[in-house]
Amino acid sequence: MATATFYNQIAANRRNSVLLSLVVVLLLGALGFAIGGAAGGSVGYGAVAAAIALIVGFASALIAFYAGDAIVLASSGAKEVDANSAPQFFNVVQEMATAAGVPMPRVYIIDDTAPNAFATGRDPQHASVAITVGLLQKLDREELQGVMGHELSHVRNFDIRFSLMVGVLVGAVALISDMFLRMTFWGSVSGRRRRSSNSGESGGFAAIMMIIALVLAIVAPIAAKLVQLAVSRQREYLADASSVELTRNPYGLERALAKIALDTEPLEVANRATQHLYFENPVKAATAESSDMFSTHPPVLDRINRLRQLTGEAPVDSPSLVVVNDAPVVDAGLRGLEASTAGSDDPPSPPAPPDPPRPPEPPATPPGFTWQGWR
Amino acid sequence: MPLLIVLAIIVVIVVVVIGIYNGLIGRRNRVDEAFSQIDVQLKRRHDLIPNLVAAVKGYMSFEQDVLTKVTEARASAIAAGAQGPAAQSAAENQLTGALRSLFAVAENYPDLKANQNVLSLQEQLSTTENQISFARQHYNATVLDYNNGIQTFPAVLLAGMFGFAKREFFAAEPEAQAVPTVDLSLK
Repeated sequence: MATATFYNQIAANRRNSVLLSLVVVLLLGALGFAIGGAAGGSVGYGAVAAAIALIVGFASALIAFYAGDAIVLASSGAKEVDANSAPQFFNVVQEMATAAGVPMPRVYIIDDTAPNAFATGRDPQHASVAITVGLLQKLDREELQGVMGHELSHVRNFDIRFSLMVGVLVGAVALISDMFLRMTFWGSVSGRRRRSSNSGESGGFAAIMMIIALVLAIVAPIAAKLVQLAVSRQREYLADASSVELTRNPYGLERALAKIALDTEPLEVANRATQHLYFENPVKAATAESSDMFSTHPPVLDRINRLRQLTGEAPVDSPSLVVVNDAPVVDAGLRGLEASTAGSDDPPSPPAPPDPPRPPEPPATPPGFTWQGWR
Repeated sequence: MPLLIVLAIIVVIVVVVIGIYNGLIGRRNRVDEAFSQIDVQLKRRHDLIPNLVAAVKGYMSFEQDVLTKVTEARASAIAAGAQGPAAQSAAENQLTGALRSLFAVAENYPDLKANQNVLSLQEQLSTTENQISFARQHYNATVLDYNNGIQTFPAVLLAGMFGFAKREFFAAEPEAQAVPTVDLSLK
């Protein structure tokens, strides 16, 4: 029965996402049509402008499609690791790639103490996953598996390509609206309308289109943005569900989410432009408790409770009620944590020596002690 | 005119048949690919074991029988690779059990657990164990997809005609249910 639940969730999320992206394309087309109609005063102009709007949208989508992953990885300062520099992390990613049936993605570590992770790349053949040092040292192996399962689900489900495309289309809507509003303000569009208003019929059409265009130019960017955010939240639920499908273990992901929710540190390398990529919304200040329409991610508590639904457990009221094991990471070496210090800019003190082997009982050392010097 | 309609219907049918056929081929190839992934992981485990045995030998001189069991299980698993899937999976399960015993016994040797080399080998082996089960899980998912593909209408009409046979799931290893019995008393 649990299996049926994954597939239902995945199917529902796919359907919603397709619908939402259709709305954005329609908005872009309608906006172009109204602007063209207002400027040219006929349906023909409207159609041409609609085509131009769509072409602008898809052209910028194309650039993001081929260069998007490189831009994101560079801007977050991610460093690539391999099986030698971060064996355990690399292994966990490989396990999840096997489970998802996708090729092994490139693996990166970001030098940031805030706990987060993301996946990028236009398709599974060109995918990369990245994790922050902060998250890597917080999670046990099972939890890491849950998070990487989530990221590789984004890869397998083509979520990255999808959100890239929607993001660019939303950008195009905003761009075109903005251009139109400026043109109207400086009179170039209305000038054209006055000239063509000699013939009464097309003048009437242009006037109606002018009003529609103005309304759309103001409303469309906001509407498109809301659609994008709704899509983004849907995709997060889908990736959570898919992660459980891969790991067959909702507890790891649930605990990982709880640990992240209880951490309040904002991610320094993320910004509004890249926040939708991450495992958990990195820009916390603005959306601290909001579960509303203006968030890229669903509230963590909601994600935790959806996972608890899969196992038939009662929902919790706060992430702190999820039982987590706070023991520090076993082998910083196996995780590749040292590897990333070596590459980071001058630490105030020399990098900490490799972890001593882990005693069987939870050690007295505070979590993340390997990192104190660097941080 | 009726001729044209008949022609159009034939074209549509041919296109649909081609689409279904290609779809089934794609799914069947995914099943084969997923199956070969399992073999890759099994092979990787076979390659890791000699290193592990060499690394722990010095610490576990008293546990020769555990080590011998692992070495023997590995040898018979490699030999069984040529004897068909049933024999292979039985031998691999034997090996899984032997490895579990080895790691359970290793818990008694603090020096061993402190050894970086052993730790990283243990990580390699546990990831390989995970990979094997994830590869099997993925194989089963592709089989489910393929079997659904050949058994649902209208593809079911073509599947028999073109010889698309139902594939078997990878059955859960019966040994996986049983906890390996380990003698923890220090001899």
